[in-house]
Amino acid sequence: MIRSTHLPLLITLATFIVAYALCASAYPAMLSFRVVANLLTDNAFLGIAAVGMTFVILSGGIDLSIGSVIAFTGVFLAVILRDTSLHPLVAFALVLALTTGFGAAMGATIHYLEMPPFIVTLAGMFLARGAAYVLSTESVPITHEFYDMLQGLYWKIDGARFRLIGGLMVLTFLVGIITAHRTRFGQNVYALGGGEQAARLMGVPMASTTIGIYAVSGGLAGLSGIVFSLYTSAGYSLATVGVELDAIAAVVIGGTLLTGGYGFVAGTFFGILIMGLIQTYIVFDGTLSSWWTKIVIGGLLFAFILLQKGLTWAAEKRATRARQRTATGSAALS
Amino acid sequence: MTNISTSDRPVLHARGISKFFPGTIALDDVELRLMPGEVHALLGENGAGKSTLIKCLTGAYRRDAGVIMLDGTEVEPASTADSQRLGIGTVYQEVNLLPNLTVAENLFLGRQPMRGGFIARKRMNAEARAVLQDYGLEIDPAEPLTAYSVAIQQVIAIARAVEMSGKVLILDEPTASLDHDEVQLLFGVIRKLKKRGLSIVFITHFLDQVFAISDRATILRNGRVIGECVLAEVTQHDVVTMMLGRQLEARVKARDVGVAGKTLVEVEDLGKRGMIAPFSLDIREGEVVGLAGLLGSGRTETANLIFGVVPADQGKIMLRGQEIGVTNPRDAVAHRFALCPEDRKVDGIVGDLSVRDNIILALQARQGWMRPIPRAKVQEIAESYVRALDIRLASLDMPIRLLSGGNQQKALLARWLATNPDFLILDEPTRGIDVGAHAEIIALIEQLRADGMALLVASSELEELVAYSTRVIVLRDRKQVRELAGDEITPDNIINAIATEEVA
Amino acid sequence: MTQPTVGPRPSVFKRIMPQLVILAVALALNVAVFPEFFHIDFRNGRLFGNLIDVLNRGAPVALLCIGMTLVIATKGIDLSVGAVMAIAGAVAAATVVDGHSWGTALLAALLAGGLCGLWNGFLVAVLRIQPIVATLVLMVAGRGIAQLVTEGKILTFDNAGLINLGAGTIAGVPTPILIWLALGALVTFGVRRTALGMLIEAIGINERSSRLAGINSRVLLVCVYLVSGLCAALAGVIVAADIKGADANNAGLWLELDAILAVVIGGNSLLGGRFSIVASLLGALIIQSINSVILLSGLPPEFNLVIKALLILGILVIQSPRIGNYIYMLRASGPQPQPDPLVRQRPEKEAAQ
Repeated sequence: MIRSTHLPLLITLATFIVAYALCASAYPAMLSFRVVANLLTDNAFLGIAAVGMTFVILSGGIDLSIGSVIAFTGVFLAVILRDTSLHPLVAFALVLALTTGFGAAMGATIHYLEMPPFIVTLAGMFLARGAAYVLSTESVPITHEFYDMLQGLYWKIDGARFRLIGGLMVLTFLVGIITAHRTRFGQNVYALGGGEQAARLMGVPMASTTIGIYAVSGGLAGLSGIVFSLYTSAGYSLATVGVELDAIAAVVIGGTLLTGGYGFVAGTFFGILIMGLIQTYIVFDGTLSSWWTKIVIGGLLFAFILLQKGLTWAAEKRATRARQRTATGSAALS
Repeated sequence: MTNISTSDRPVLHARGISKFFPGTIALDDVELRLMPGEVHALLGENGAGKSTLIKCLTGAYRRDAGVIMLDGTEVEPASTADSQRLGIGTVYQEVNLLPNLTVAENLFLGRQPMRGGFIARKRMNAEARAVLQDYGLEIDPAEPLTAYSVAIQQVIAIARAVEMSGKVLILDEPTASLDHDEVQLLFGVIRKLKKRGLSIVFITHFLDQVFAISDRATILRNGRVIGECVLAEVTQHDVVTMMLGRQLEARVKARDVGVAGKTLVEVEDLGKRGMIAPFSLDIREGEVVGLAGLLGSGRTETANLIFGVVPADQGKIMLRGQEIGVTNPRDAVAHRFALCPEDRKVDGIVGDLSVRDNIILALQARQGWMRPIPRAKVQEIAESYVRALDIRLASLDMPIRLLSGGNQQKALLARWLATNPDFLILDEPTRGIDVGAHAEIIALIEQLRADGMALLVASSELEELVAYSTRVIVLRDRKQVRELAGDEITPDNIINAIATEEVA
Repeated sequence: MTQPTVGPRPSVFKRIMPQLVILAVALALNVAVFPEFFHIDFRNGRLFGNLIDVLNRGAPVALLCIGMTLVIATKGIDLSVGAVMAIAGAVAAATVVDGHSWGTALLAALLAGGLCGLWNGFLVAVLRIQPIVATLVLMVAGRGIAQLVTEGKILTFDNAGLINLGAGTIAGVPTPILIWLALGALVTFGVRRTALGMLIEAIGINERSSRLAGINSRVLLVCVYLVSGLCAALAGVIVAADIKGADANNAGLWLELDAILAVVIGGNSLLGGRFSIVASLLGALIIQSINSVILLSGLPPEFNLVIKALLILGILVIQSPRIGNYIYMLRASGPQPQPDPLVRQRPEKEAAQ
């Protein structure tokens, strides 16, 4: 059954289908598995980070630190693998613990010091980027046979290579969807986004939920950093600048309300694909300049913000009408 | 009504509860005894201490003294969630559920049925359906909460509170925004719960509802318990007397409403769909027109429409015989209208600005930003009103939010008086302020009228309206139903007009 | 108790005291690592010295934070200023490359910035979109638009007049310093000598009340975003003039964050309300002084961001309402009544109006 809360998700889906159809009618080659496989591979790190961002935005917060955390993760891995003999898996575990802890610390700051997420994660953004600089200002190549092995993993259909990292993104989305809708944590995230006051009165554990949300975002940024290092075989402290913006854009285009409470992790997946599609189209076209990507994404962002504004207006109208029934029947004396 | 023997051990027994706020004693040695299976009304005027008591019981406030016994054991609720765990569930006037979740999700938030570590959604929806059927609701729990009316949301909130707590249910003005049928729906639920042995504390302003559903009542006034009574043994008049005390006689004094002057404002068929039916009224200089009616009857809407807070979609306003356009408050202010709104905190004060800036705000806004009022002049205006209205403050520089309710209200009056208005609209000018300030504001209204100002005053305090109004317009169901003038203006007549749908 | 004390307005000096102290500490650190810090030379008709550098390099953020202070005072935020800088720089460069004079270029850049500001103001004030969301649109799309103007390359120019705005001097003082000082003074006087400042504070604290008191909040909101756009345009022109070219990708990159930071270090609440442009400007200087310490101390510039982040955290923690309440309780002897416990300082989620 289709409900009004699903509407933005459906519109995102429709946008994706229409966009793909338009692309395919202009360039039939875009219908190939190869394009799909590249779409997944090229956007893997962004997608994984965007899952974390979806949780943060659903709860009514924002996380500006993820681009820096991704870069930090890449540099950290590259430096560790260069300077020590640790196995990459150990390094992965280490960096995931680090980034998750970093996110949790930001969440704790937001909750206990009652500071706006915007400003706390802004400080986190500087801190993570700075830490990456401190580790190395140069691009550090990663050469490790385990990396070669992971990069060599793919699933071949029709000559298209579905690589490990694309699969990892899809898996992250699946886990994200289940977490959002089938766990108490996920429900608490929605509750927080629906109204802090009401959520507190209904007994939602505010501290653990807030800390958990930013820990998830930090951890997924870490995972995204691992994927990015697999994608580029290097760690560079100047990389992935502004990924938080792309992630926020994907979440909004995916139909999630930026003020929190409404939206779906699955929507973000299509948001990522739509953004990837625009880039692919521009590559296929060849004559269009790359800056059109930014302008089109900005335009899409605007369209979705307007759409949600309209839906919110409509919902408020309905609510006011319901509230405006009269109170009668007895005399008040007070 | 069930017979409740007071020798039973109370389910909830609060004794010696005291709560102090800076400058005031909100609760003074208050006792509340809630017997098993009774509906117990908590009565009192605004500011009597009802909501403070509830907040102390549910742990939203830390009380300063007293003991709370639940089932014979002392409890110490630290938060609303904590009191819920102990067995005290609360439902507030504004539904405290989450609009972005489904009915079932709201009902089960925090205690969802799980299977293998995941929420069993099907089971949750099925259980929700079953629970709600017990409450007489045949609705789809997988729908978003906002798909249903406020009354149904209220019942869902009650279901959640009862399912989670199960001993005591506190209903804090649950009927305030419900219509007659919806109130009956809610009462059905309350009776059912009572049969199940639940003890319910019921807070409302509607006395008929109190007598219709409650067994006993505790009456508060000025933070003290005035009496505890079995409602079958007393009359409404007894209860009102206890609630209002001697203030009742003090307020109803000889009316001297003076002689009204020329017609200043005429409103013709002003209305807005979905908000208020078209209405007409005229107000003369040196006249106070009272607006009476229940909460939600259209008092505030009338005031807002005339002041342009919400633009009207039909009708016109005439000032001294000339039609004027009022589409926003700026237009109204330009025509020397003024409005002291009902909700001081949200629509009135600018909390972090100094008292001085708050007093000068409307005058400055009317002058425009290009013509700042010189500092010396600002100081002079602010000081003169602080003196004239006896606003109590440490310094004109302090943020207005630090003043008490009565002083905030006086500062807002000062804001508008500083604009030298011809027409002053007051929406609930005495709500939630202490007795002293109350009397001063009433005196001020009378003085302004004597000085020739035209006033429109909306109030739920009937005695007050009777004391100062030249005419009283009675509203019901967002329509004007009656206009009273001269000796017709008595509390009884107003109540009759509200209660019986009689066209003037 | 009833007699109001007739005192002067809490002095400006008292308000900016914390910022002055922090700035003094930052400058003292500069001197500690580099004793010659305050030494100023006059060579070739231009002032030279580290202090001059701080004032000069701080110009873009100082300019941005003037507009940002006003926007934040209305409970808003303008994320697009960095992108607007890029657009304005690109427009100015394209105009002189087309053979127009530097004056025309400056006007064209201001026009572009003003349009961006109006767009943001329209979204916020008329469509009632949350400011952080509304300005995000231009933040994302803005650099694309700037690249559209420069056609993707770094558009260089050699118009002496335009270059003078960023790299020239007037009476020996680098032009950017004069520009931000002049604009800061202009806007400060503009809001404090008129009633604008109070009205802006009023809508930032309680827009509903302000509207009911007859304030035209819609026009005021559009105006503050317009001012922010104009400030950003000026900053963009200076940056482009300084490097003699418009770099759509990197001009003003992340400067919106520095500007917001300067405003926050200036002690202005992100929740809107009372503001001080002077304090924000001091905040901008504090940021630049810290950059300077790190540079002069010979610490690798890599540490710049880490130190900055820790510093922000420190300043923010001191300003956090929770800590503020704690300090307040320690000093509980004051005559003011306790704030209402129900009025929580935390920004309740703004109803998406």
